[in-house]
Amino acid sequence: MAQAFFGGIHPNDMKAATNKKPIEKLPPPAQVVIPMSLHIGAPCKPCVAKGDLVTVGQQVGEATAFVSAPIHASVSGKVVAVEPRIHFNGVPVMSVVIENDFNDTPCPEAVPPEDPDSLTVEQLTDLIRKAGIVGMGGATFPASVKISSGIGKVDTVIVNAAECEPYITSDHRYMLEYPEEIIGGVKLLAKIFGVDKVHIAVEANKQNAAELLRLKVQEEQAPAVVDVLHTRYPQGAEKQLCQSITGRQVPPGGLPAAIGCAVFNVVTTAAIYRAVYLGKPVTHRVVTVSGSGVNNPKNLLCPIGTPIRELLDACDGVKKETFKILMGGPMMGHAQYDMEAPIGKGTNAILAFAADEERTEEYPACIRCGKCISVCPMHLQPVFMYQYERAGKLEELEKANVLDCIECGACTYICPGRLHLVQTFRAGKQKINNARAAAKAAAEAAAKAAAEKKEA
Amino acid sequence: MDYRDLNLTGSSSPHIRSKDGTAHLMGEVMLALLPALAFGVFNFGLKALVNAAVSVVACCAFEWLYRKAMKKNNTVGDLSAAVTGMLIAFVCPVTIPYWILVIGDFFAIVVVKQLFGGIGKNFLNPALAARAFMLSWAGAMTTWAVPRTSVPLWGAADVATGATPMYMLHENNLAGLMEQYSLKDMFIGLIGGSMGEVSALCLILGGLFLLYRKVITWCIPVSYIGTVAVLTFLFPRGNDPVTWMLYNLLGGGLMLGAFFMATDYVTSPVSKRGQAIFGVGCGLITVFIRYFGSYSEGVCYAILLMNLTVWLIDRNIKPARFGVVKAGKSKEKEAAAK
Repeated sequence: MAQAFFGGIHPNDMKAATNKKPIEKLPPPAQVVIPMSLHIGAPCKPCVAKGDLVTVGQQVGEATAFVSAPIHASVSGKVVAVEPRIHFNGVPVMSVVIENDFNDTPCPEAVPPEDPDSLTVEQLTDLIRKAGIVGMGGATFPASVKISSGIGKVDTVIVNAAECEPYITSDHRYMLEYPEEIIGGVKLLAKIFGVDKVHIAVEANKQNAAELLRLKVQEEQAPAVVDVLHTRYPQGAEKQLCQSITGRQVPPGGLPAAIGCAVFNVVTTAAIYRAVYLGKPVTHRVVTVSGSGVNNPKNLLCPIGTPIRELLDACDGVKKETFKILMGGPMMGHAQYDMEAPIGKGTNAILAFAADEERTEEYPACIRCGKCISVCPMHLQPVFMYQYERAGKLEELEKANVLDCIECGACTYICPGRLHLVQTFRAGKQKINNARAAAKAAAEAAAKAAAEKKEA
Repeated sequence: MDYRDLNLTGSSSPHIRSKDGTAHLMGEVMLALLPALAFGVFNFGLKALVNAAVSVVACCAFEWLYRKAMKKNNTVGDLSAAVTGMLIAFVCPVTIPYWILVIGDFFAIVVVKQLFGGIGKNFLNPALAARAFMLSWAGAMTTWAVPRTSVPLWGAADVATGATPMYMLHENNLAGLMEQYSLKDMFIGLIGGSMGEVSALCLILGGLFLLYRKVITWCIPVSYIGTVAVLTFLFPRGNDPVTWMLYNLLGGGLMLGAFFMATDYVTSPVSKRGQAIFGVGCGLITVFIRYFGSYSEGVCYAILLMNLTVWLIDRNIKPARFGVVKAGKSKEKEAAAK
């Protein structure tokens, strides 16, 4: 058993609703809306126009910066619009709208290289970049950037199969149904980073997946080891996962590369395999549709850009008491209000809640129980950070290391007084960052004024 | 299906919360107090139960009235006032007149808790502060019925009374105490004393329940009881340190204090290390008062005094920042690697 991180919570994992249900193909949607922002970094520029015919895997958005990832058509058909459409972040974003011709014509360019085994690390990285691979656990950081900035610094490669958020089983099902792709991706990661062991980190509530992967690793003599981790949220948070596997802590403001770690989600790993050996870019992903409001929970393989509505329809709709629909997990997912919003590369779940999941209080009151401190995996003291933010004491708030907060929500989950802790910290972080930006701008303006004065 | 008919909430994560709200935790504390209450009834008769009921109702009523008068939200439902009421009944002699009890309830809820802003804002344990205040009626607060008496519900003039074990320890009369009460009596609670403090057994059961349900952590009870144990063992009066220590642990309000009073969330430190320091402090002061004070019991004042230091402990006990390894530690690691 691996080492442990401090704190964490044990919510009911609610995975039984879908963890035995095989991945189903979503009935092909009539239309997909592919936003040009499906990753962290610069949005893509559409490279198709209204009226163009596109094929599955054809590039429709080109990356405009280093930290970016190209975007590909997920169905074949006709581009009917290139215009801002509702995005799952809640605002309209430039999108390519494709009407499905239901032929699934593959893109002629999406073919594997002739001899994938002989590719150099540079060539592999380039393939991964072109395939539009981003962190598919939800963070959507471009994988090629992680690779190129990590090579040389990284001695521990971790495949994140923790899937620690309740309800979500998309990674779990993927491991059970496509273990070869994952092992293939693991081999590529080992080659890229030049390590002899890749750690595949699985939470203990997915023993069958861990055993299957162990078997495959053995069969294929893959350079990997399967680590079974405690079922504890946020086990799959990057910093906590690095700590669990290596015992090292990512320094404040730093990335895992700073302690020699690189973490890839398990489905991202499979996507790397698919890009290199099958020539396929990221066009589809598995989404768990679950929660008390969903009539028939499922794991669905969906084209990226499918409106949430189609996924809910495929699960026989939702109960009329449904009061919240989420994209992502219950701990860090985003509440959706428009079911036309499309699913993205990092969408691992759509959840509908119709029971008493929220448990909010009209008058939250801190009772100083300290439970928030005992669960914070970042060693913070939420009870005091909350007081500072409420009192507008930004300096104290910053000194309390609020910027270290990973917004995992463990403190808010556990708080018996029902305080809106993480929500407050988000606001506080924003205020601190705004103040920093303002101070920087003021300093620059002052320097410029001084320089002008000198010239004069 | 048309999803536009749904009445959807937009809010930022997280979207689920644990079942255990404040009222749930306070309810668990009430449950944990029930064995000791039952023993109180067994030991002193029905008045023990009536005391508890009066005190709980009075506390809830004062809380409700104050919040109503101040046009604030009603907080009776969080059950913290009920717990305070229960604890006040516990720390008083069973013979206490109801009117003194109700004055204590008023002091706890209105003066100690609500005037400072209500739940979470008071810096003294309301029940203990009330007890300290109620000692103004020194006679009524130190009339101790002997065990296994049925105290009448009204008027307690002809109840047989006797000295408490703590008083006898204070008088250095361990031999007399051993004659009157065996260690077994002390443990089970067949002794004179405050209504809810007598039975160490029932209080430990309740405390273990709270630990098991993760309502409290072990830090304060262990450090508090441990400190008292070590000090009384090291500095016994008489030549039998173990017996002296055990009588000290089982007598007085230590078990109630360590499991139910010092662990009060609001008036104890928020971090585990802070809680351990707090517990040690409580233990030191308790023994100090018992040995050198003119009053025989020290638990109440020890916890109240340590309540006053909580801000200082909280300010100085900070967790190590994530990702910042202390210089000494990293050197050790390097050395180990070599």
